[in-house]
Amino acid sequence: MKAAVIVFPGSNCDTDMFHAVKDFTAAEVVEFVPHTANSVADYDAIFIPGGFSYGDYLRTGAIARFAPVMKSVSKEAAKGKTIVGVCNGFQILQEAGLLPGAMKRNKDLKFICRTVGLKIENHNTRFTSEYAKGDVLQVPIAHGEGNFECDDEALQKLHDNNQIVFTYVNDVNGSKSQIAGIQNEEGNVLGMMPHPERAMEAWLGSEDGRQLFTSVYRHWREMNVVTN
Amino acid sequence: MRDVFSMGARPIALLNSLRFGPLDTPRVRYLFEEVVAGIAGYGNCVGVPTVGGEVQFDRSYDGNPLVNAMCVGLIDHSNLQKGVAAGVGNTVMYVGASTGRDGIHGATFASEELNEESQAKRPSVQVGDPFTEKRVLEACLELVELESLVGIQDMGAAGLTSSSAEMASKAGSGINMNLNLVPQRETNMTPYEMMLSESQERMLLVVKKGHESEIEEICEKWDLDVASIGEVTDDRNLTLYFDGQVVADVPVTALTDDAPVYEVESIEPVSFKENQAKDWKPASITDYNETLKDLLQRPTIASKEWVYDQYDHMVQTNTVVVPGSDAAVLRIRGTKKALAMTMDGNSRYIKLDPENGGKLAVAEAARNIVCSGAKPLALTDCLNYGSPEQPNIYWQMKESTKGMSDACRTLSTPVISGNVSLYNETSGEAIYPTPIIGMVGLVEDTAHITMQQAKQAGDLVYVLGEGSAHFGGSELQLMQDDEISGIVPKIDLDVEASRQQLVLRTIQAGVVQSAHDLAEGGLAVALTEKVMGTSLGLTVTLSKDANTLFSEAPSRYVFTVKASDADQFESLMPEARAIGHITDDAQVIVNDDYGQSYINASTEELTRIWKGAIPCLLKSKA
Repeated sequence: MKAAVIVFPGSNCDTDMFHAVKDFTAAEVVEFVPHTANSVADYDAIFIPGGFSYGDYLRTGAIARFAPVMKSVSKEAAKGKTIVGVCNGFQILQEAGLLPGAMKRNKDLKFICRTVGLKIENHNTRFTSEYAKGDVLQVPIAHGEGNFECDDEALQKLHDNNQIVFTYVNDVNGSKSQIAGIQNEEGNVLGMMPHPERAMEAWLGSEDGRQLFTSVYRHWREMNVVTN
Repeated sequence: MRDVFSMGARPIALLNSLRFGPLDTPRVRYLFEEVVAGIAGYGNCVGVPTVGGEVQFDRSYDGNPLVNAMCVGLIDHSNLQKGVAAGVGNTVMYVGASTGRDGIHGATFASEELNEESQAKRPSVQVGDPFTEKRVLEACLELVELESLVGIQDMGAAGLTSSSAEMASKAGSGINMNLNLVPQRETNMTPYEMMLSESQERMLLVVKKGHESEIEEICEKWDLDVASIGEVTDDRNLTLYFDGQVVADVPVTALTDDAPVYEVESIEPVSFKENQAKDWKPASITDYNETLKDLLQRPTIASKEWVYDQYDHMVQTNTVVVPGSDAAVLRIRGTKKALAMTMDGNSRYIKLDPENGGKLAVAEAARNIVCSGAKPLALTDCLNYGSPEQPNIYWQMKESTKGMSDACRTLSTPVISGNVSLYNETSGEAIYPTPIIGMVGLVEDTAHITMQQAKQAGDLVYVLGEGSAHFGGSELQLMQDDEISGIVPKIDLDVEASRQQLVLRTIQAGVVQSAHDLAEGGLAVALTEKVMGTSLGLTVTLSKDANTLFSEAPSRYVFTVKASDADQFESLMPEARAIGHITDDAQVIVNDDYGQSYINASTEELTRIWKGAIPCLLKSKA
């Protein structure tokens, strides 16, 4: 598997994401790809890390989605490539129209950095196949604008298509239906506010994020490696 | 942060120490909430974790809150940069945000007594832009790899003036600058405004002549303003041009080294002898349960979760011990080592007894480091005082720095940097003398990392060190009297040093499950903190008196130890006394010598009031 970690000006979880993929999956290649790159077609999986792209100016993710690299990301998404957006990466994917909904400020209007309980709502995805339905993970959140919002119709669609992948065990930020992570209808684009790349080593608090990365790798392997 | 990355180091952690008045006025609550949000907004965006710090509340900061920040960076020795303007003919370059009128006289404002007119000086406060900072940071860490970079320095206080003069002074050179070339964000700026602007996120570079394009290339990549604005000369003068005219031509040393040295009068205040002569005794305590709960709700002791919840303390994924323990600990990727860091300082002790208080501040910071399994390496300090022109204030400065310096020598912790903030007065009333210590320690092996929370039921609880009868400046005194007086707990630096070494050796031997130093609120609070937020409890036996339970005497620790390690622990630390054990019933129980419990509360309740205190005060609308 060749993996890309996209770096926008203001991304700051890029190195953490890089280590999560490089150190905990068997990916052959993991590379940083700058926002100015014209193509990500060479990669099998594309990770959009957290941070404050463009200082969160205007609206989170609103400027990043116009960066040159995003054209190619949309194209690869349409081809079915695996795309994972975490935190600001999720917000960028929403702005780019690859995932539904939008983020409001957290209900108490404060940035929250805390490890929270995260429930697996759908384990039949390429992102969560190594978890079991109902598993409760401990994963950090670190965001000021993670209050998921969408209209009723969109919410119904998310439910009907099993697009809700993760929910918060407790209502931490006001998100509708306590949604923490969703995938697109086709099931190849995931956005989540919690940081699985920060939950890779038990002595740093939790290793519950590992299976997300190994699930992505496993999916690629099953699709691409012919076994005897 | 800029001071750190301009050395070529990557910032890996931020800490802060805050001082506010009591949270009983809307004004202070507003300041507290906004300062925390401001620190969070900047640090979170740049992507440097805020891993620790401390907050204290006292009337003396009502009109003059303090915000002290500390940044820790990691550097490869070979990348060490110096802020020098060497090599005649080399180019002086400007990198970063453009120059505006914000922060003109910022440094002067920061050292001025505040009064009703201060509000009118708000333009003196600089406006920060963390997104630019992040780009300047990444660009600088690329720039320092260049052979052609001769020197680099942050444009800090007094902006372009001090950075250019200091760089020239360090190299024994001069600098010519054409101010028309300075990137500007406002029109019609005068040379005076440009030279004194303290606009943030700007760096001054000296680059080998002919290599300017290498700098420009990196800056363009990060979308930063860059301009060649001058050159290094050999005349040791700072010469400024504007519209073709020489607007200033000053010997560099006149701006840097030849500063006047003041001889200021120092007079011991009458109150010092009075306090030494008349010790304070706590009012008799009838209900120890209630006293403990009251102490846990004191904002200075209460959980600071409300604060650090807003700081991204995990980004860069190195934080092993998150905020809330004695010291934060960060692993150093690719090694067995880790760094412990803390900020500390109790100004109430220093107000009553500056020399002893100065020692206490350094010692407590070092104890925090030792408790986490690290050897104290060095410290930085932030020295906050009132007007040094007042003989009594100057005396505070002199005595407290003497105390700190003695402690640093005995504990072998060099002071490697620092800053000073004077004239912290509002309408003639000075803050308490508030030197803050920021300390970093080295964990040789990550296996030694130790936290303050108890690990499991059945472990034995030990305490090292005795309480004292002096309560001057203690939290108990402030709670009972609402003012401070009397004798501060004394510290014996030799005892402090030998205990620190002993504690570290014992932790390194692997027989300590958790360690915590005793601070505000004394042993009772420290014991409670060992089980806060867990499903554990503890049962200990202690004599029923304030000295034992609430004394803040220094050089003391609480440990938990596995029963199977008890023999080894006791042979390593024969001075430590076993006082009880950790239980799984989630009750904090303190028995007297006759087995009668006089403190008995559930961990859950204690945790709730301890965590709830600050959010509760912030919600009150009184």
